[in-house]
Amino acid sequence: MADLTINGRTHRVDVDPDTPLLWVLRDTLGLTGTKYGCGIAQCGACTVHVDGIAMRSCSAPLSAVEGRRITTIEGLAQNGVLHKVQQAWLDHDVPQCGYCQCGMIMAVAALLKDKPKPTDADIDSNITNICRCGTYQQVRAAIHAAAASA
Amino acid sequence: MNYIPKIDRRSFVVSAAAMGGGLALGLDIPFGGPQAIRAQDGTPEVNAWVVIRPDDTVVIRIARSEMGQGTLTGLAQLVAEELECDWSKVTYEFPTPGQNVARKRVWGDFFTAGSRGIRESNDFVRKGGAVAREMLIRAAANEWKVPAAECSASNSVITHRPSGRTTTYGKVAEAAAKVEPPAEVTLKDPKDWKIIGKGVKRLDSHDKVTGKAIYGIDVKLAGMLYAAIKACPVNGGKLKSFDAAKITGNNGVKKVVKVEDYAVAVIADSWWQAKTALDALPIVWDEGDNAKVSSTSIAEWLKEGLDAEQAFVGNKGGDVRSALASAAKKVEAIYSYPYQHHVTLEPQNATARYTPDKCEVWCSTQNGEAALATASEACGLPIPKCEVYKTFLGGGFGRRSTSQDYIRQAVLVAMEMSGTPIKLLWSREEDMTHGWYHPITQCKLSAGFDADKNLTALHVRISGQSILAKVRPAALQEGRDPATFSGFYAGGTESAIGYSIPNILVDHSMRNPHLNPGFWRGVNINHNVIYLECFMDELAKEVGVDPLEFRRKLMTKHPKHLAALNAVAAKAGWDTPAPHGVYRGLAQAMAFGSYVAACAEISVDGNKIKIHRIVAATDPGYAVNPAQIERQVAGSFVYGLSALFLGECTVKDGRIEQQNFDSYDVMRTAQMPKVETIIMPSGGFWGGVGEPTICVAAPAVLNAYFAATGQRIRSFPLKNHNISFA
Repeated sequence: MADLTINGRTHRVDVDPDTPLLWVLRDTLGLTGTKYGCGIAQCGACTVHVDGIAMRSCSAPLSAVEGRRITTIEGLAQNGVLHKVQQAWLDHDVPQCGYCQCGMIMAVAALLKDKPKPTDADIDSNITNICRCGTYQQVRAAIHAAAASA
Repeated sequence: MNYIPKIDRRSFVVSAAAMGGGLALGLDIPFGGPQAIRAQDGTPEVNAWVVIRPDDTVVIRIARSEMGQGTLTGLAQLVAEELECDWSKVTYEFPTPGQNVARKRVWGDFFTAGSRGIRESNDFVRKGGAVAREMLIRAAANEWKVPAAECSASNSVITHRPSGRTTTYGKVAEAAAKVEPPAEVTLKDPKDWKIIGKGVKRLDSHDKVTGKAIYGIDVKLAGMLYAAIKACPVNGGKLKSFDAAKITGNNGVKKVVKVEDYAVAVIADSWWQAKTALDALPIVWDEGDNAKVSSTSIAEWLKEGLDAEQAFVGNKGGDVRSALASAAKKVEAIYSYPYQHHVTLEPQNATARYTPDKCEVWCSTQNGEAALATASEACGLPIPKCEVYKTFLGGGFGRRSTSQDYIRQAVLVAMEMSGTPIKLLWSREEDMTHGWYHPITQCKLSAGFDADKNLTALHVRISGQSILAKVRPAALQEGRDPATFSGFYAGGTESAIGYSIPNILVDHSMRNPHLNPGFWRGVNINHNVIYLECFMDELAKEVGVDPLEFRRKLMTKHPKHLAALNAVAAKAGWDTPAPHGVYRGLAQAMAFGSYVAACAEISVDGNKIKIHRIVAATDPGYAVNPAQIERQVAGSFVYGLSALFLGECTVKDGRIEQQNFDSYDVMRTAQMPKVETIIMPSGGFWGGVGEPTICVAAPAVLNAYFAATGQRIRSFPLKNHNISFA
């Protein structure tokens, strides 16, 4: 048994402590906005926040995140208001297939917390998520727009 | 001349079932009628394409799959334009393939590939909207007891012009459902379009930024179990044995099952349990003779094809052999292109529930009807007892149109536990090593000039794999795969060559290794345009002519190709010097019915290429949503340049060596060049958008690289030459 704090709620889960957080979120708790893409922390589709820091949940065993504060895409909007990154994504019509976008948005939200006005170089080095549709041009524009918004 | 077969075998199976076994393949599209059909929420549909709720919400039915290409929004625009509805009230739903069968293919073809979603259904979906509009107007006129001709509709409001009386679509939709549909409707003149041609926002974005969008992998059903699968690592090899006892006691493991003669799956309470147990399962494979094949042996076999006597002809004009023999100057070059993987970010998966009376599948697929036929074939139940529920696709790129293999597997696994829904998910490693790969080819190009430096002869010999030979053998023409000549056709509306060369021969020596080939976003034209457009640049250099002028001289009879090329040259400033250290390269093509061109601006520092700017032009005839076209074009360069720099699947001991993104890398945000898109719809035809510009991405950059360094790269990816993104 492990206690997980996800999006402000505590969940008691009964899974093997080696299980990656990704699969606990998806299969045990039904939070499917966090996606599986590679399982080896390469693509970033599974990005969540752990204590406010972006983490690739496919490679984080449950035992490593127990008791820590976890935020998923489902918990990013507050009181029904989209996070400014989500709003910028809508304004710039960023998603294509959309599969990578939740992980991308989580990575960007964490970046903006750390660097509210990221440079292009900051974006290049921090936003390494894979998008096979190739939305990167819109991603960069939307990041700058989100940074410029209040 | 559309060389791509429109109905594949599985669609045919479904259509035959829908038509009661008949051979009619045409679309039977009833546009509503006296017997109202009700949508799931009880609202009567005005017709198959349009449901209008009492609150004026307009639900537009979308038959094609949405995999990022934006066809969902574009098709809705086409219906909405003729419907004269309020765009802000539009939403969508996907009818099921089973409903399509039951209603005699009322929604036409579900197949979503070849950049055909809009170009091949624009006519009938617009008519669907127009018919619904007329029925709504007549319903209002009937209620008011006035002639329908005195009424008109705009923005979901119907007005009786003489009296000024108005009502809304939502108020008359119930009555409209019972109105006899008009036998004929006249579609709007394009100059009157208000919604088509506008860069409206996508209809599906909100769910995609909040995590609510459901992909195949996200399907949840009560009591669902999970399965992981391993197929023989060598395609064509068999499963010999496995020792289930080693893992049956593992946490959560429910069952270990053989899947046909080539795979084994583990069913468990969670996918992680299934996967870890499968990884621990001792499996013995019978790999067969294919295990002797390697990249080297394939390359040698293809090389023989460059000079083989027998070859299928794709384009022939004049007498290329005589012209080459008598040429004042001859030029020859050999290129090669590797296997590449689609790497849809959502790995292949499907959820199936089987009982002896019903088989249901939830999945990401580019071909709902093929998925339905696959389910039926796999379980043996007739099509009316099967159903497929389509979700969003986490990328398609042709993988989910080429083969529904994952759906067949899911159904077979579900049959092992009747009544229990099972989600089968491939690991990334399973996905990478069991793909339907971009086919492997080599190409020998031979050109001849006369004494005045006129290009008089071109022989293009392609040697390599045919997709259709594996995927749709019925589409071969006496053994010839017509699609292997994409971009080289003598004419037609699909992908004609843009140059007039008096003596031309394009032929194909077919050599099909055991790896499965597939439709890979852009398909055969990707390598064909690299071959042709890089070689044209080589020829220009050989005769000392500017690459743009060299092409222009050969393109006078191909005005639309030329217009696209001229557009990128003008915007890139070809006639003015590039900034210091920046070099330019050009490429053009006709692909998927559209005319495209690109100009790349790059600089080279040692082994690193910095792409400063890509100017890309597209003439798709009509541009339904320019904002989405821009996004498709920008994304196509990511796909094409990832392939050029990084994309290669190699074969060792008969199996694909690359397993995951650590050995099969792709572009990230840092490498994204600035893409400036020119959309230049010239009207009168409907071209595709999702794929065409991929094929000009690589040659434009390669030609710029030659301009910068004087070096020709003729084999790919660039990483094999130690060249990388700056």
